[in-house]
Amino acid sequence: MAREITIKEAIREALDQEMQRDPTVILMGEDIVGGTGSPGEDDAWGGAMGVYKGLFGKYGNRLLDTPLSESAFIGAAIGAATCGMRPVAELMFIDFLGVCFDQIYNQAAKFRYMFGGKAETPVVIRTMYGAGISAASQHSQTLTPIFTHIPGLKVVCPSTPYDAKGLMIQSIRDNDPVIFCEHKNTYDLVGDVPEESYTIPFAEANILREGDDVTIVTYGLMVHRAVEAAKQLAKDGIECEVIDLRTLSPIDMETVIESVENTGKLVVVDEANPRCSIASDISATVAQQAFKALKAPIEMVTSPHTPVPFSPDLEKFYIPSTEKIIASVQKTLSY
Amino acid sequence: MSNNPFPLNRDELLRAYRIMKTIREFEERVHVEFATGDLPGFVHLYAGEEASGAGIMMNLRQDDHISSTHRGHGHCIAKGVEVKGMVAELYGRSTGTCHGKGGSMHIADLDMGMMGANGILGAGAPLACGAALASKYKNDGTVGISFLGDGASNAGNFLESLNLAAVWDLPAIFVVENNGYAQSTSRDYAVAVDSYVDRAVGFGMPGVTVDGTDFFAVHEAAGEMISRAREGGGPSLLECNMIRFYGHFEGDAQTYRGQGEVDEIRKNRDCLKKFIQQVTQTKALKQSDLDGIDQEISVLINQAFDEAQKAPRPTEADLLTDVYISY
Repeated sequence: MAREITIKEAIREALDQEMQRDPTVILMGEDIVGGTGSPGEDDAWGGAMGVYKGLFGKYGNRLLDTPLSESAFIGAAIGAATCGMRPVAELMFIDFLGVCFDQIYNQAAKFRYMFGGKAETPVVIRTMYGAGISAASQHSQTLTPIFTHIPGLKVVCPSTPYDAKGLMIQSIRDNDPVIFCEHKNTYDLVGDVPEESYTIPFAEANILREGDDVTIVTYGLMVHRAVEAAKQLAKDGIECEVIDLRTLSPIDMETVIESVENTGKLVVVDEANPRCSIASDISATVAQQAFKALKAPIEMVTSPHTPVPFSPDLEKFYIPSTEKIIASVQKTLSY
Repeated sequence: MSNNPFPLNRDELLRAYRIMKTIREFEERVHVEFATGDLPGFVHLYAGEEASGAGIMMNLRQDDHISSTHRGHGHCIAKGVEVKGMVAELYGRSTGTCHGKGGSMHIADLDMGMMGANGILGAGAPLACGAALASKYKNDGTVGISFLGDGASNAGNFLESLNLAAVWDLPAIFVVENNGYAQSTSRDYAVAVDSYVDRAVGFGMPGVTVDGTDFFAVHEAAGEMISRAREGGGPSLLECNMIRFYGHFEGDAQTYRGQGEVDEIRKNRDCLKKFIQQVTQTKALKQSDLDGIDQEISVLINQAFDEAQKAPRPTEADLLTDVYISY
């Protein structure tokens, strides 16, 4: 039975169902319970965004509030994963990557290969990314390309409640480290989600809208702007195919290439900064693999190559907008 | 047996000797072979520090976990990682412990509870906390041991891990193998406290300093900490003061060391000599017991190097094995 729930609820349901199913699943992070050791109520926060609210009552000490020591607790999650647990650790903001990255890219990402295939590291690192709430330069970045650059990390980025649940369950069951990126402005988006448990395989992009004129490829929050742009363009008879990548590593380039072979025109939308981004990577791959199909230069719609500004006025200019996507689609059509 | 004043029985004493002597012979041979130019990469030798690894690991079970340092050969051997595979790994051969993908700095064998030598100093501390956390959930009585040097004792990872282990009451032991040098920088210059016990106390856990060249001192101190951790008594810190016979890495000219320093420590602070004296003077073991073991180790090390030098090299196809995302 499907019903409409938010992304926040979808992630909570995924965690709940997996914890029910598998006693080795544990959750840890700063304030994921909230109020541990404090005089007020237990389960005071349920995480910075309330994702875990209610799980402490059901699972008790399988939820662990951590000291503010990202390197130690992300590392401990990784260590526990190599010893038979399936931890889901929360890095509250993706921007905090800088204080614990060694554990992620030099440790977790390397173990299976570096140890000759003997190690498995089934850890999920949930993290919140993206601009849009005036959280300023150190709490607003889209650092997804930093993770996709590293061999040994899987990178997931859902845009809908349905995908969030299915991809989270898949991530927990996966035997390798998964970075699960959630845009902070998507938690309250609603959509149909089945009550029962289900998985969505990695590297299966989702075609949200079919069209023969231009291919738009994107992920995360930008999916919704791309769909909005496509709707507006459709009023002028321009049909865009909108592809939600859903996972960034592994990535479903086949679906992208097939679409570009049909449309001949590609717009890639990425909230990350432009250099060495998901957008530039997809552009390069399409130029390599579908050169003959291209009828116009590839357009990239990204944030500018600046830190994220604080002022709501500036931030609005910073984030790729529906208008900018429309302009880029029109540019490819006028070539 | 009546001659034995030690808390280990004859078989255990023989095992302790075998571990230390195997490490010594392994490292001395690596030193020789590295000089020929046939051993690739960075190699950091544990010779002189054997009593620490052996003294601690003699208290462990196979399912206990350790995270090691860049100087990890001794920890591997003491934890039971197979010597022939290790030598082949140092040569980068496909018969190596990690099929030639890790090398000296990343030898790991999770089947033996060895979570890896580590090229990032201090990075093993959170991992050992993770092993200890898993132990708590599984309630299996195992412990997680984090080895690190005096250099890594200044890394944030270590300090964060001390607090995390104390806050979560983890069955974790942090072993600071203080050999006096972080590469060339002296411990006395780079560590503000005189004793790591002060650091332990600062993080809310017991700490003990021992002579790391005395196997029995290490064994006893570690044994108490490990038993306490197994019984739910939480983490501890053990400082083993010790010396290394060789440089930070093979090829280190060691111009930072004092004149005659290495000769002096080899003569007067050799943990293996000390162990032999202790067990033979008390007549707990006879020299002939040790000679027999020496013979076996000599054969093993010779075989291991001969076989490794002849072992198959990995092929280009091996480059892409144990990969879970391909482009």
